[in-house]
Amino acid sequence: MSLLNVSGSPHVHGRESVSRIMLDVCLALLPAILVSLLCFGWGALKVLLLSVASCMFFEWCIEKFLMKRESTLGDLSAVVTGILLGLNVPSSLPWYCIVIGSLIAIGVAKMAFGGLGNNIFNPALVGRAFLLISFPVQMTLWPKPLVTRGSLFFNGINSADVDALTGPTFLGAIKQGGVEAVSNFSIMDHFMGTVGGSIGEISALALLVGGIFLLIRKVITWHVPVAFLGSAFVFAGILYLVNPAKFIAPHYHLVVGGMMLGAIFMATDMVTSPMTAAGKLVFGAGCGLLTILIRDFGSYPEGVSFAILIMNAFVPLINRGFKPHRFGVVKEVKNAKA
Amino acid sequence: MLKTFKKGGVHPPDNKISRNAAIETFPIPEIAYIYLNQHLGAPAKAVVQKGDKVKVGDLIAEASSFMSANIHSSVSGTVEKVDEWIDASGYKVPTVIIKVEGDEWNESIDRSPELVSEIKLDKQQIVAKMKEMGIVGLGGAAFPTHVKYAIPEGKTAEYLIINGVECEPYLTSDYRLMMEHSDEIIVGIQIQMKALGTNQAFLGIENNKPEAIELLTEKASHVEGITVVPLKMKYPQGAEKQLIKAITGREVPSGRLPIDVGCVVDNVGTSYATYYAVQKNQPLFERIVTVTGYPVRKPSNFLVRTGTPISKMLEAVNPDYDNCGKVISGGPMMGKALVSLDVAVTKGTSGVLMMTKGESQRHEEQNCIRCGKCLDACPMGLEPYLIASYSKLQNWDKVEEAHVMDCIECGSCQFTCPSFRPLVDYIRVGKRTVGQIIRSRNIKK
Amino acid sequence: MSILIYAVVALTLIGVIAAALLYFTAQKFKVEEDERIGKVAALLPGANCGGCGLAGCRNLAEAIVKRGDIDGPSCPVGGNEVMTKIASVIGVEAVAAVPKVAVVRCAGSFAAAKSKSQYDGIQSCAYANSLFSGESGCRYGCLGCGDCTRACKFDAISIDKTTGLPVVDDEKCTGCGACARACPRSIIELRNKGPKNRRVFVSCVNAEKGAVAKKNCDNACIGCGKCVKVCPFEAISLDKNHAYIDFNKCKMCRKCVEECPTGAIHAVNFPPKKVVETPQNVVNVEN
Repeated sequence: MSLLNVSGSPHVHGRESVSRIMLDVCLALLPAILVSLLCFGWGALKVLLLSVASCMFFEWCIEKFLMKRESTLGDLSAVVTGILLGLNVPSSLPWYCIVIGSLIAIGVAKMAFGGLGNNIFNPALVGRAFLLISFPVQMTLWPKPLVTRGSLFFNGINSADVDALTGPTFLGAIKQGGVEAVSNFSIMDHFMGTVGGSIGEISALALLVGGIFLLIRKVITWHVPVAFLGSAFVFAGILYLVNPAKFIAPHYHLVVGGMMLGAIFMATDMVTSPMTAAGKLVFGAGCGLLTILIRDFGSYPEGVSFAILIMNAFVPLINRGFKPHRFGVVKEVKNAKA
Repeated sequence: MLKTFKKGGVHPPDNKISRNAAIETFPIPEIAYIYLNQHLGAPAKAVVQKGDKVKVGDLIAEASSFMSANIHSSVSGTVEKVDEWIDASGYKVPTVIIKVEGDEWNESIDRSPELVSEIKLDKQQIVAKMKEMGIVGLGGAAFPTHVKYAIPEGKTAEYLIINGVECEPYLTSDYRLMMEHSDEIIVGIQIQMKALGTNQAFLGIENNKPEAIELLTEKASHVEGITVVPLKMKYPQGAEKQLIKAITGREVPSGRLPIDVGCVVDNVGTSYATYYAVQKNQPLFERIVTVTGYPVRKPSNFLVRTGTPISKMLEAVNPDYDNCGKVISGGPMMGKALVSLDVAVTKGTSGVLMMTKGESQRHEEQNCIRCGKCLDACPMGLEPYLIASYSKLQNWDKVEEAHVMDCIECGSCQFTCPSFRPLVDYIRVGKRTVGQIIRSRNIKK
Repeated sequence: MSILIYAVVALTLIGVIAAALLYFTAQKFKVEEDERIGKVAALLPGANCGGCGLAGCRNLAEAIVKRGDIDGPSCPVGGNEVMTKIASVIGVEAVAAVPKVAVVRCAGSFAAAKSKSQYDGIQSCAYANSLFSGESGCRYGCLGCGDCTRACKFDAISIDKTTGLPVVDDEKCTGCGACARACPRSIIELRNKGPKNRRVFVSCVNAEKGAVAKKNCDNACIGCGKCVKVCPFEAISLDKNHAYIDFNKCKMCRKCVEECPTGAIHAVNFPPKKVVETPQNVVNVEN
């Protein structure tokens, strides 16, 4: 008989693991990836593969040569960051932008803080924000989708690269053309995904399917997405009621731009969101509010990523403010027949 | 909708592979190692010496203080020596070592098999009997029962809550006891109710034991005041405070005892032992022990005399020693990993669990990803990740501020942690250190 | 150009006003304090190691000035040199204290004390100590999780990977005693550094009977008492089944080292050629 192993209880562990959680997120993103491949063809695939590969490469390099510790590629968090970064940029983005974005996402936003778990901001979003500010032209060149809604499920992937000729996105058009521009767009197109935009944000339906999968797998809870979308809807609704000539109707806000991607996949990132249910609600509501503020009053047409990044900074504060309710903290108990 | 406690909890696979193994009486060992600290509190003081002859049920060590319990011989024979022997804590503790000769019982013990259901003793006499017979809580912590039944002035025990939950995976000793000795348990509960002066008792059983719920509901219907409460399966439902919450909805305030909300919680095994002590005059020297785990080829439930070495019991179940990496006294969530198989059975040993090599290796610790799963799992509403990191940094003030003393060490947080962090290890270090700090502070005052 | 001038003038003005404000506030809210505290604190090493028993160097400075002498808590790190300087600051005579060094009194290496179980928990001696008696079964021996190494502010103690025991670097050790306080089994002792750093000590603290101790560890002191008999200076005493060498009486003759049947008595920093070695009687010679 071999040596007995001695350790403190508990001696068993559940099936949870970081790599399983990350794998679930990857699986949940599959529908969105599929739609993007249908719409943008090989360009989308190239961007995604390059961003995943460079994120993994940079994480490996930094751990091997700078931090001198064992590689944590196995936890798949770099893969998730890579996919999310890829989904947050247009499919026509030049390769060097993607590599730089990955370096910022992994190097600055994640490993500089000490790796997975210690980062304050969502790495993929930091990468995206950096790219948006540094390469504004390339980042707002939106290829037109290859397919229309009617043919979405029949064409398959088009082998030709998408022409760099682009149309404006919904939010961009509103910013420039005012509320009247709404009539040029179909909300159904946005729901299905046959519109221009960042690779992963186009199809609200595909993202919702992924979100439901994450809920079933208990990787996310309903609090952040619901609070996010809910507060955005309510706030946009109030603005719409006040001045319908200046602001668009709230239901548009929910399906266009990066709202769904942000609410379901970016804001729910475990590392950079609060821990308790109450904290998550506050966090989500803040994200929604800031998003609408930026969209309706800011100079950028889209505000999801900045809203989430700003709220990320508040997470430590929210965690302090919203502690779980402790067992046994009750009003003085009436002693039975004391 | 079945009752359960609201906050936290986890669902480990219950793995009750020994659930259908009927209780077998385990042969008396050749040498019995009877520890003098089989209970919470001060070790008992030996009243026998080397060379003394003892019979089964003879007092061999008496309670040394209020918080202590009598210890009786589980075998008949000659005291070989009063020495030290390794116990489940991994240390040597004072032990009476008896060489077994025959099986001669003390004459005062009623060995007839008839059920005695008439309770002749009054309240004080019952508690005195519990003390005399060395009854302790058989759920695991081995809290001296007579201390628990000494209700402080000004408090009343409204409800007696009997713990038949057995929420630890693998263990089936309480389940087999309920299935095979329900009559004794019912009488035992009545005795305990009389000792507390209450007329309401609840017997909580989780719904993974439907046969036991059915059987005991039927038995309890013949007597007054005992209600069987089926509970929804969730770990750690067997923890005192969680069980009270699940059954009565009352919440024991932080740092207080169950009696502060009018409840007394006891294990079913304790009811069974109380029946024998009060009705049959039999001291507590044997108990049901589950021997189980995947390396064990014949998972069993044994009626074992205290002092039987665990190695003897393992031999009887024919385990695959080569595939065994860890042996645990108790269940997998709160049990203690044994250093040596020479450790003997005590009053508090509810099970012996063998784990395969694969199960017994811990995964490598990763960074905390702040998923908050430990917060969701904690039945006490604490923040395990925070306490553990403060404890690792030895920031004891912060550890105390995070209410480490409320932790019941149930292990739910570590069980659920996706980063495989040894949270409970760190929390225990913190709890121990903060406990010392608080004690020395109180002394200064 | 005029913009430049405005900017320079405005910034200068702001600077002057802020400086004046700061000066008057500093004067107004000045805390009166014995100036010697600052002087003493400046002399102290500033590692805040806690070796003096106080929270940090500043606290020690306050304590020394408050007492008005250096007979109370003193700085083991700075040693005589620093304490003499401090004495002159507060105006008293300094008495030389003997320099000390941490000594690990356990020789239960992996080879000598075979593992009988395998610890799989956090690297904390305090925790391992609460869990079991140790992998070798010796309940007095080193657990090897390195609480002492983490307590050391001077990087002077480290765990030797081949033996699993802590090793003290004489050069770096300041004798502050942080490791000794961190050890849950009180294995580490502060001993006089000795002439030329030479010292003889019993490297075992177990209190179990010889046979039990020997079963757990080949290098254990079995309390046979041979060293007590052989010592010409009556420096060795036997208590709780193990020997202890009084460093004030020990004259470093090393007769006990040769006599010890288990090699539990260590002599360090002696020139190697003088040491008589038999296979049974391996002496741990450092450097």
